[in-house]
Amino acid sequence: MAPRRNVPTHIREVLSYRELIGGLVRKELKVRYKQSTIGVAWSMIQPMFLLLIYSLVFSVLGGGLPRLGVWIMSGLLVWTLVGTTVTTAVVSITGNGPLVGKVRFPRAVLPTASTGAALVHFMLQLSAFCVVLLAVQQDVDWAYVWLIPFAITALLLFLLAVGLVVSAVNVYARDTQHLLDMLTLGWFWLTPIVYDYGRMSRYLGNHGLPTWLPMLNPVTSVVMVMQRSLYGVTEIDGKALLPGESVWWYLRNIGIVAGISVVLLYLALRLFDRAEVNMAESL
Amino acid sequence: MSGTGTEAIVATDVSKVFRISHDPVRSMKERLVSIGRRQFTDFHALSPMSFTIAQGETVGILGHNGSGKSTLLKCIAGILRPTTGTIAVRGRLASLLELGAGFHPELSGRENVFINAAFLGISRKEIGKRFDEIIDFAELGQFIDEPVKHYSSGMYVRLGFAVAVNLDPDVLLVDEVLAVGDEAFAKKCLDRVKQFQAEGRTIVVVTHAADVVRQVCSRALVIDHGNLICDSKPGEAIRIFREHLHGTLTDEEAHGTGELRISSVKLQPRPGGALVTAVVDAAQAVEGVRISLEVADSGGRMIYRVDSEQLGLPVSFASGTTRFEFELGSTALLTGNYPVTVRLTDIASARLLDWYDLKTGIVASGPTVGDGVVDLGVVLRQSTHPVDGAAQALVE
Repeated sequence: MAPRRNVPTHIREVLSYRELIGGLVRKELKVRYKQSTIGVAWSMIQPMFLLLIYSLVFSVLGGGLPRLGVWIMSGLLVWTLVGTTVTTAVVSITGNGPLVGKVRFPRAVLPTASTGAALVHFMLQLSAFCVVLLAVQQDVDWAYVWLIPFAITALLLFLLAVGLVVSAVNVYARDTQHLLDMLTLGWFWLTPIVYDYGRMSRYLGNHGLPTWLPMLNPVTSVVMVMQRSLYGVTEIDGKALLPGESVWWYLRNIGIVAGISVVLLYLALRLFDRAEVNMAESL
Repeated sequence: MSGTGTEAIVATDVSKVFRISHDPVRSMKERLVSIGRRQFTDFHALSPMSFTIAQGETVGILGHNGSGKSTLLKCIAGILRPTTGTIAVRGRLASLLELGAGFHPELSGRENVFINAAFLGISRKEIGKRFDEIIDFAELGQFIDEPVKHYSSGMYVRLGFAVAVNLDPDVLLVDEVLAVGDEAFAKKCLDRVKQFQAEGRTIVVVTHAADVVRQVCSRALVIDHGNLICDSKPGEAIRIFREHLHGTLTDEEAHGTGELRISSVKLQPRPGGALVTAVVDAAQAVEGVRISLEVADSGGRMIYRVDSEQLGLPVSFASGTTRFEFELGSTALLTGNYPVTVRLTDIASARLLDWYDLKTGIVASGPTVGDGVVDLGVVLRQSTHPVDGAAQALVE
């Protein structure tokens, strides 16, 4: 209704609909597990199953790390958050066509709710993982654990920005969702989850490439915080898994991710506002 | 302007242009290939118009299909953004365009009420206070905890309407939804609209039914081809609307689809009845078709329907022209215009093959008494029996 708004107004408007965001998150969770017997337990079984597959693959191929499960899970949980957000956010507007065509509300609420629902899943999975860590008496590195909330917050800012962009673009070019399915697969393998950062940077170093290249992927810094704090070991057989840097080095990386994400979020909101003008008629 | 003198809606130079591409390209590949070569046509859905609606007014927006009236309503509702100009709305706005639009089939009625209200920007706390009223109004009883996918369409609409009207809106936008649901509920909705008027709330009704405007509105805007052609009292607006409808549109609207085409439908009044003649062109021989005749009231509600199967006439077409005559007997209709529709349906697949609307249908003009559709020829008599005499007889 109002012509173009600036970013602070846009943010205020979305925040004034926080009840709706909450309602949509609850709806998403309820709907997803309605009429399934074990319900929300599925959100925990799924990564466990992936973990089982990777463990099997590595025990056949060899070269797996000790306590491989803890290593993979630390990264995989973060990845599930990324993957779920991106794949649900991209269809959050196109999948709600009738609503967007008939009800007035800030459309940015929809991808934001997707991010929120993915976050709730992540929290559930993380708590399940914590139980597992306790059960196997994992020696977590408490000096790093406090970084996790900061890392996740920075990641959420990044994901909000990505969600806004992909959901808006998908309204005008529906191939975005298919393209994204493919890209996220590549993105997963570019993130040191099944393998380790040390191995990747050694490879890059041997080929005369800059070793900071993986850090261009914001998810890498977040995954590394999880691995550093929960896996607790930085070196195996004299080979570095993770940089043996101080907690401040990791915090700095998170800070960079957060800073970039804030800029991206600002740009994403501007783009979204522009795209919103014709959304109702383009669906 | 009537009411308190404050404006509820102020539209200033509002226009809306839709950009239509000649061949809708949706995919990225096509987009990349056709950069710079894409042809657009601008479709002016609304030419710049300005108007104000005062608080407490009930304003009808009249226009035929495709006139731009719904586009205007969507601009007021904030769903579409005007291409130029601004629309300012004071107070909380609820629109009855969205009846049940936010409902999720898997969730219960109760859960959906909360989400639906959240879309209207209303907190859980506030909705909690009004929850009982909503359930009462929707007449859902214990079904409120059932998933809405099990609801009938009537229940669905009732719940949607109940949410929208119980949220204390300052401005209510209505898009021809008052005709949904059964008659009792339609009356309840109309009563609610009248209560809103009495409470001094602002109502905007979009419709092509002149009767609705006459019944509830204090003022009407007529939209034709995206232009605001009239802003006046309902009577005057309806007159202009009718003139334009007949001037710019042919009276009959036909839609051809497949192998069969209804090329014309004509209605000739007969003493005490009418004769409807339909001419059908067939490209090839077609069998297993049902031809039906429908009569509606001025609000679009079907009041009578009959088809060739019910009448025991098997219908088949040889290639060429086929003529059908429906002879209507006594039509004890009340004064008014009753649009007629003729349809061709494939019996096996129930697919609609073609239809033809006669907007000026059966015109009943005789002097009739009463409200509704049909004249039952009621005669009222009165007689009085003195109570005293009866009582005395009993005493004896």
